[in-house]
Amino acid sequence: MEMVNVKINNISVQVPSGSTVLEAAKLADVHIPTLCYMKNLTEIGACRVCLVEVKGNRTLVAACVFPVFEGMEVQTNTPQLRKSRKQTLELMVSDHNRQCLSCAKSGDCELQRLCTEYGVEETTFKGITHETKIDDSSPAFMRDNSKCVLCRRCISACTDMQSISVISANLRGFVTEIGCAFGEGLGDAPCVNCGQCIVVCPTGALMEKDDTAEVWNAINDPNKKVFVFAAPSIRVTIGEAFGMPVGTNATGKLAAAMKRLGFDGVFDMNLTADLTIMEEANELLDRVKNKGKLPMITSCSPGWVKFCEHYFPEFIDNLSSCKSPQQMFGALLKTFWAEKNNIDPKDIYVVSVIPCTAKKFEAIRDDQSAAGLPDVDAAITTRELARMIKAAAVDFVNLDDDVFDNPFESGSGAGQIFGATGGVMEAALRTASHWLDESFNVIEFSEVRGPSAIRFATYNVGGIEVKVAVASGLANARELLEKVKSGEVDCHFIEIMACPGGCINGGGQPFLPDSIRNNVDVVALRSKAIYDADKDLPVRKSHEHPDIKMLYDEFFEKPGSHKAHEILHTKYKERSLF
Amino acid sequence: MGVSTIEFKGTKEQENLLKEAIALNKDREGALMPVLQAAQNIYGYMPREVQQMVAEGMGVSLSEIYGVVTFYSQFHLQPKGKYKVHICMGTACYVKGAGKILERFEKELGIKDGECTADGKFSIDGLRCVGACGLAPVLSVNDDVYGKVTEDQVPDILANYKE
Repeated sequence: MEMVNVKINNISVQVPSGSTVLEAAKLADVHIPTLCYMKNLTEIGACRVCLVEVKGNRTLVAACVFPVFEGMEVQTNTPQLRKSRKQTLELMVSDHNRQCLSCAKSGDCELQRLCTEYGVEETTFKGITHETKIDDSSPAFMRDNSKCVLCRRCISACTDMQSISVISANLRGFVTEIGCAFGEGLGDAPCVNCGQCIVVCPTGALMEKDDTAEVWNAINDPNKKVFVFAAPSIRVTIGEAFGMPVGTNATGKLAAAMKRLGFDGVFDMNLTADLTIMEEANELLDRVKNKGKLPMITSCSPGWVKFCEHYFPEFIDNLSSCKSPQQMFGALLKTFWAEKNNIDPKDIYVVSVIPCTAKKFEAIRDDQSAAGLPDVDAAITTRELARMIKAAAVDFVNLDDDVFDNPFESGSGAGQIFGATGGVMEAALRTASHWLDESFNVIEFSEVRGPSAIRFATYNVGGIEVKVAVASGLANARELLEKVKSGEVDCHFIEIMACPGGCINGGGQPFLPDSIRNNVDVVALRSKAIYDADKDLPVRKSHEHPDIKMLYDEFFEKPGSHKAHEILHTKYKERSLF
Repeated sequence: MGVSTIEFKGTKEQENLLKEAIALNKDREGALMPVLQAAQNIYGYMPREVQQMVAEGMGVSLSEIYGVVTFYSQFHLQPKGKYKVHICMGTACYVKGAGKILERFEKELGIKDGECTADGKFSIDGLRCVGACGLAPVLSVNDDVYGKVTEDQVPDILANYKE
């Protein structure tokens, strides 16, 4: 690699030719503030916060896009630059909704942090502010353009990362606004609710729909039995909301904290991830043996399912008919659990804690009501649960570890890895391979694990060559599906997750500011925590879990039974693009 | 912004012309602009129906099309009327009351700047300086030019075009 010599604040470094000033500064351990920039996503030099001085250059340049050259001398922290950055921020703030106290992003807001660092005053520029409306048409999230800084990170996430592009910059100049076509709401657009736009938004312009007030009301209602369960990935991310390092497994503290909120039962959703595997592996073998529609494609990621319905309706019959683990757990509580404990399902209020904004939409989909009532009453994200824990003044970090409630206190390792890309595939393979050939004794199918975007593997089990593929992130899913369509890829089973890296990087996970996202491989750290947790669990295959055996013995009879179909399976429908 | 209030009356012939333009440009780099310009020429404006046809034909999202259409002032979301009222909003006309004249037209016709009446008869557009400052405030209705206009003359001007 060709290297060039540059000086950043008089520190000499050698950096690869073609690097930007920002990348070079990082190698010199010099921090340059940024706002619109997000590594590998938005590198457009729009916000002018990262301006630096280059010797010999007439004007200031944007460090995030300006390339280095041999002998370049850069200054990043002169009085002129500090003044310029402060003024840029003050101009942004002059047309910004400054009700920070009531903003859910307060404390996690990147604009707020920069303004504090540069001593920005709110009243320097008193100009007109542009009129905006709050878009709350989506069941998953809201857009408040009075807090938008036009960084376009959400557009990159929607267009480049997810290949959906339901938002663009509309109009021009001062009245430019990010939104859907014809000023319509996100709820009316072919948006899949993945929430990646929220994850990358530097301010509070994009937030999930907060359902915590409803959950508190249910908890405080003496006539309601309120049960809660946490998805596989929550335990490895929730610690971040309380200052713990990225990749911390906080399962014990999570169980303890949820118990302090006053729920009537605190369960582990890993168990219905196992239940999903029982049904899905059974469905796969059935399709393979009876010449059903192949490849079968997983259906636990509701962002992916809605994407399929809008953008690839020709694959709807390929989707597994299994409900997602969230919906299965709700269905289980309102049927099996209600029956067993003699509770009227109408008195049960089911809360799921999920890493995902699309699950809010999934909870209100048709055909997700096993007991004639919605399987899930409220789906709250990791962030919302963290907010509830904080509001209840629970000292999360110092809690003693606890366990989830019986009998759904833990799933298998296979259920645990649902939270990462490739996890559902691996979990299904652990069980399907056993059913095909009892002597096939592989636990870890490392070929299907991340981090590459699209992965293929072939396994020879019981005389069958099982060909599988995995993709995460919808642009990658699109690429894979196009190849299946053209016949270039031929396989039996495909796992798709809407968010890059899987649920661990879901749209409902704790906010991590650009200062972390640009410097740390968040997906790799969270993913490692998931696979480490799998290794530590006593049971690592879904079909070997005693609670799963109990559920089939006492209730469902066998995977794919009539009863299982009524309670644990669902249907999909084509959705329009316009 | 917003959806046109005028009913879309595109013909099969127009649709075929647009399809030709799409087929001609589809695989070229930077094809969206020529296709959008063709669509604007064929239909005279860019209502939702036309933008959807372009989106489907080009394999681009509707939002992306809308973003481009609203960025460039050459594209119109609203159709133009049989009688196009153009009011100069240049500096000279503006200080001599062009703003008030525009407001009066908006009031008389019940539409806003850039819009077209439901019967398709009148549209109003505020323009940059037309270079006839001596006549300020100046406006035109199709090819008829009116100079030194006062607000009170607006109903009389419109009456010239009521058939």
